[in-house]
Amino acid sequence: MDVKDIRIKNMKTEDFKENEYLEEYVRELRANGVNVVVSKLDDLINWGRSNSVWPLTFATSCCGIEFMCLGAARYDFARFGWEVTRNSPRQADVVFCCGTIVHKMAPVLKRLYEQMAEPKYVMAFGSCAISGGPFKKSYHTVMGVDQIIPVDVYIPGCPPRPDAMIYGMMQLARKIKLQEFFRLPKQPHPENQKEFTAAFNDTNENVEKGGNQ
Amino acid sequence: MKAIDDLLLQFPYATVEQKDKFYSVSVPKENIHETASALRNNDTVPFDFLIDIVGMDYGDTLGVIYILSSSLYPTYILRLKTETPEREDPLLDSLHELWDSAGLYEREVHDFFGIRFINHPDMRRLFLRQDWKGYPLRKDYDADPAINPIPMDNEDLDDMENIPVIEVNHGQKFEHQHKLFEADEYVVNFGPQHPATHGVLHLRVSLDGEIIKKIDPIFGYIHRGIEKMCETYAYPQMLHLPDRMDYVSGPINRHGLCLAIEKGLELEVPERAHYIRTIIDELGRIASHLLGWGCIAMDMGAITAFVYGMRDREKIMDIFEETCGGRLMANYSVIGGVMADIHPNFQRKVKEFIPYMRKMLKEHHLLFTGNPIARDRMDGVGYLSKEKAIALGATGPTGRASGWSNDIRKIEPYAAYPHVDFKEMLRTDGMTFDRYVIRLDEIAESLHIIEQLIDNIPEGDYAAKTKAVIRLPEGEYFQRVENARGEFDVYINSRGDKYPYRVKFRSPSMTLVNTLKAIAVETKVADLIMLGGSLDYVVPCIDR
Ligand code: SF4
Repeated sequence: MDVKDIRIKNMKTEDFKENEYLEEYVRELRANGVNVVVSKLDDLINWGRSNSVWPLTFATSCCGIEFMCLGAARYDFARFGWEVTRNSPRQADVVFCCGTIVHKMAPVLKRLYEQMAEPKYVMAFGSCAISGGPFKKSYHTVMGVDQIIPVDVYIPGCPPRPDAMIYGMMQLARKIKLQEFFRLPKQPHPENQKEFTAAFNDTNENVEKGGNQ
Repeated sequence: MKAIDDLLLQFPYATVEQKDKFYSVSVPKENIHETASALRNNDTVPFDFLIDIVGMDYGDTLGVIYILSSSLYPTYILRLKTETPEREDPLLDSLHELWDSAGLYEREVHDFFGIRFINHPDMRRLFLRQDWKGYPLRKDYDADPAINPIPMDNEDLDDMENIPVIEVNHGQKFEHQHKLFEADEYVVNFGPQHPATHGVLHLRVSLDGEIIKKIDPIFGYIHRGIEKMCETYAYPQMLHLPDRMDYVSGPINRHGLCLAIEKGLELEVPERAHYIRTIIDELGRIASHLLGWGCIAMDMGAITAFVYGMRDREKIMDIFEETCGGRLMANYSVIGGVMADIHPNFQRKVKEFIPYMRKMLKEHHLLFTGNPIARDRMDGVGYLSKEKAIALGATGPTGRASGWSNDIRKIEPYAAYPHVDFKEMLRTDGMTFDRYVIRLDEIAESLHIIEQLIDNIPEGDYAAKTKAVIRLPEGEYFQRVENARGEFDVYINSRGDKYPYRVKFRSPSMTLVNTLKAIAVETKVADLIMLGGSLDYVVPCIDR
């Protein structure tokens, strides 16, 4: 087995719509030369991490109801080890940003994000979280959470179906698998946050183009 | 009605218009308080239910419309209007002591229009941050994002706690500020990110030991500016917005907006559409109550009930998905009818669902209603009297659990409700348990309604033809519907344009949070979440 792989147990690689972006990334990682020992260790840790992601219960509006459906018996994200929803950001790995974020909520969300421990991920659920969605014309809506915090996976829909949410979760799982755990990006200094966000957004655009259409 | 006519004769300065059961009374701003208290405190037709307050920007003047109704004659509606030419610092008399719900509504008007209310005990903004610049619903509001950029710092606690009050004495204006909480009060923050607030509601709770002394709800964490957006949308475009306000009873809200527009257009909606809409509404109500049931149980720690509720709800989601195309957001009613005809499987699936749900309802009762622990928690806690419910405007199942008969489906039957036989669920005790059990009773009644309609959907068109560009004739239109939480109203003020001049939605949830404030004081803090669950409010509906 190769070190650094995007295969996950829950879904076949061919079933993902687009693999190019991540495959490219794998190639890049391998080309840079991988330390076998560290990488194996990485893989082991990432295997564990990608199969037990703890989301923060964070829902501001409608998409939250679909998130609840995802947690209930029919869609049941416990199958993938994601069911341990945490109410405290300090224990959560990923924030599912379900719903519209408005000006008054923006600092709260940012603070929640900052309270989470590294490594942490953000998933933008629904058109509101992606770009303001139906409330694009409003004076009080933040046009996408990526204006405040970096986003890893975008899941379009208003609201996205729970199946789409699962697809997004699987994408994140793959992303986690590829991470070099022993070389995680450092927590940016608050002053650098802006550039950091911008850099993240660039990557995210690629993810959006590559993985979630 | 004679009694109302007589009553209105008392006000020589008022301009009265009447159209069917709608009265419109305009008074000069000096007389507003006197008129309102005479309307509120008379014995013949006491207007004891303040439905809503609509703030208005008429162009040169700013005004408010108090929409009143009486619990004795619920079909009559009186709009009490006043305005002020002042735009710099508009002041109007506050009516907060006449209706318990008026305080919050007036704060909303202040927030959106900048009108300040004299003698109002709390003139903070309601939704927007205290440091927000401008009043968004004024016509001359500048929406430039540079004026109000996305804030990156938390709101100042001092801003949240300093309460401005305006008093006028002998023509002299006094302004002062006082603190909401004393320095030695023990204040707990609850929300905005909290799993049991049912959305992003922020409650600041002052405690004495474990007894709640004071609650200060802070809204606006999901204020999306829907009413302002409506003013820039053509009528068919704005239909998707009410769906997203109270998303768990979305089809009903959208139905209400469609009805209001149809009223203005005097459009004849095909009978088939009425039937389909009614069935979808009732299915939506069941879905909402199932979620509400699951949530109150979960708030008390019974996770199983939540899973059961969601399981049954999925059946409805399947039906919605086939016919409407969306699971949660049905997006189904349109002006003149419904978006598409029902799916061939619709009737069969609904008919299968009815006996299934009846069976499950029994199970739900067995599982939770009879559970001694649940009963211990709910019995005798959170009492709400009928008078208080009316004064607070706590409509819907909450009011009905206290014995206030307020079901709009009975008061002003719309769509296919005149053709069905159903009971309005009423209880008298007004306890948490009543509010809990009335929702399950309503599910049974909704099934009964659907059963009568499902086989009798008339043949014909599913939607009336409408013009490509819809212009509502000049005037005011008001439509009440009963959503799963209470009375949802749509007020449209049109000036004959493609776009409405002003749209206002009455959110039943807003008064419910006010109710929480009333019933939770002097109870234990551990019951707060459960009391909130029993009221079953939806926060995005409050914030709009
Ligand atoms: S994307 Fe749609 S469903 Fe989700 S929060 Fe926004 S409006 Fe609601």
